[in-house]
Amino acid sequence: MIVQLITSFIASATFCILFNTPRRTLFQCGLSGMLGWMVFLLLDSEWKSVVATFFATVIVGAVSQVFARSFKMPVIIFSVGGIIPLVPGGLAYDAMRRFIEDDYTTALQAAVQAFLLSGAIATGLVLSEVLGQMFRRGKR
Amino acid sequence: MNNAESGTTYEIIDLCLLAGKIMLQNGAETYRVEDTMTRMAASLGFPGAHSYVTPTVIMFTTSRTEQPKLFRIAERTTDLQKVAEVNDISRRLSQRQITSAQARERLALVDDAAHAYPAWLQIVAAALAGGCFTIMFKGSFSDALPALLVSGLGYAAAAYLQRLVQIKFFAELTASSLIGLLSFLFVQAGIGVETDKIIIGSVMPLVPGLLITNAVRDLMAGHLISGLSKGAEAFLTAFAIGTGIGLVLSFVS
Repeated sequence: MIVQLITSFIASATFCILFNTPRRTLFQCGLSGMLGWMVFLLLDSEWKSVVATFFATVIVGAVSQVFARSFKMPVIIFSVGGIIPLVPGGLAYDAMRRFIEDDYTTALQAAVQAFLLSGAIATGLVLSEVLGQMFRRGKR
Repeated sequence: MNNAESGTTYEIIDLCLLAGKIMLQNGAETYRVEDTMTRMAASLGFPGAHSYVTPTVIMFTTSRTEQPKLFRIAERTTDLQKVAEVNDISRRLSQRQITSAQARERLALVDDAAHAYPAWLQIVAAALAGGCFTIMFKGSFSDALPALLVSGLGYAAAAYLQRLVQIKFFAELTASSLIGLLSFLFVQAGIGVETDKIIIGSVMPLVPGLLITNAVRDLMAGHLISGLSKGAEAFLTAFAIGTGIGLVLSFVS
């Protein structure tokens, strides 16, 4: 578990270097990635991975909004790093490889699951954004 | 607001288009580009501005009677630092902290600026990310070491080839077949155990995971054209990576 947390932190932070995020936000990017991956790992053992991904993304979105407020920067900077460990890149690759190996049934399964997972991520991000907006409106 | 302060209509259109162009070229979401452009126009005295943004083109008009202006986007990268800076400039502009002339000066600086991190640092970052992903996907530490080397080399090859051949699909295909070949060779040489784990970790810096998510998100927000074209771009990249790896694996196994 601790190894997973450290690697997810490094993976998210280094991925943010690939996306050229501002230097002073790298630590926060890694942090939101680590949080998302931790929630995912905790939920994945009990529920389906789509559900786990959804809740992990909601957490990532909420944390990113807090960071974005305090840094006065767009939310995308922090949410990108946060969702990096969750995006089904490996699954998309797996689907494509199976297609090329003529294993269409497994390929289609993986492709559909990759699509569902990215749908869950997008829904989670939008939900946390909507909740944040409602929260701010309620305070006013 | 008088004209001497805000400049002519054309200057304002130019300013908004420049801001939109920088944001779109560097990976901002579609709605943020549209939002920023209309907000900047509103703060400069054109509350009825409209914009239509897709990944390859920006259309912008200040009012219903004005003819729309168009800007073509040819190259796209991800540089979130520039997005953050343009966002900052637009916020200051609407809070009247800076004038439109100052805003244009700053936007031009941002447009010309180099990436935040040098190429070698990005390659090192890609290498580290690849190694970490191998462990996150339940690979062992003996697989992480070759993944570290392979992903760094693969990312460097993709970046170099993209400058050389211009066609992104071909660059990604070649880089991923290099990744497949190197992973296979490493396992053959006794460094690393599972070829699959090494490959999955190493292709992660190339995989369009973010693009897929952005595509679904654009679709949900009602930006149908942007969503579909981003989805197509993501599919092409995934296809290139899959083909590259599959090509090598079908030869060697």
